[in-house]
Amino acid sequence: MKRINWQIWTGFVLSVVALLSYAFLFSRWAITRDWPWVNLILFAIAMVFLFLGLRRAFKPDKGIVSKIFSSLAAAFGVLLLAGLLFVVFVAGRWLPPSTGAPQVGQKAPDFTLTDSNNKPVMLAQLLSEPVNNKPPKAALLIFYRGYW
Amino acid sequence: MRSFENNLPALSDAGIRVVAISVDKPEKTREMMVQKAGYTFTFLSDPRLEAIRRYDLVHAHDDPTLPASSGREDADIARPAEFLVDPSGTIRWRMVTENNFVRARPQQVLETAKALP
Repeated sequence: MKRINWQIWTGFVLSVVALLSYAFLFSRWAITRDWPWVNLILFAIAMVFLFLGLRRAFKPDKGIVSKIFSSLAAAFGVLLLAGLLFVVFVAGRWLPPSTGAPQVGQKAPDFTLTDSNNKPVMLAQLLSEPVNNKPPKAALLIFYRGYW
Repeated sequence: MRSFENNLPALSDAGIRVVAISVDKPEKTREMMVQKAGYTFTFLSDPRLEAIRRYDLVHAHDDPTLPASSGREDADIARPAEFLVDPSGTIRWRMVTENNFVRARPQQVLETAKALP
């Protein structure tokens, strides 16, 4: 009975799990979305198994079928890793051009928003209420993505 | 943002008020930024992206897997940007980067503020 190359299978399955778990699980939390360390670790382990599986499949006593199959499995695994890297570090870093954002020298658009104590705050207040008991010199507005 | 919290004494001494704005609702901000992360500067909520739209900072995100607990009506958020506004309401410095890895540094803000009247 032919023995299954479990290394190549493990590497292949782990690659799929590494990618799908990012898409459906880890991309939901800000911590693991921007730096998917769990998925990268899974991929690293998958690459080890794919390498071991390749080495085993290319032993002199192995046939052409096992060589082709394991090569395809390994290539697919690497492709999935490349896909994750692209999505996270290339496509995921895209930011809209924001050409309409106010330039230096222009007036900052007014707003009234709620603070973390549910009190409404106007931009004018941020620019006039004292900082360290002195009139403010400036307000730094930091727009951020939010914790989602 | 952590670097701004760490430099808050210097920024406050320089008369700079630090204000962070996102789509997160006040409850979420209280929980994540104030209680858990320990930030002490002002946080404002813009869940309907009113200010975010006026500053042209909308980052549309049609992601159906966004958790409902984020407390927002739709999946659009603000893209990161910083503006230093003087008391007359004029923008004196801004950082609207195209590269997600480049972020504003407190030192840049402090130096710009020194040049203000």
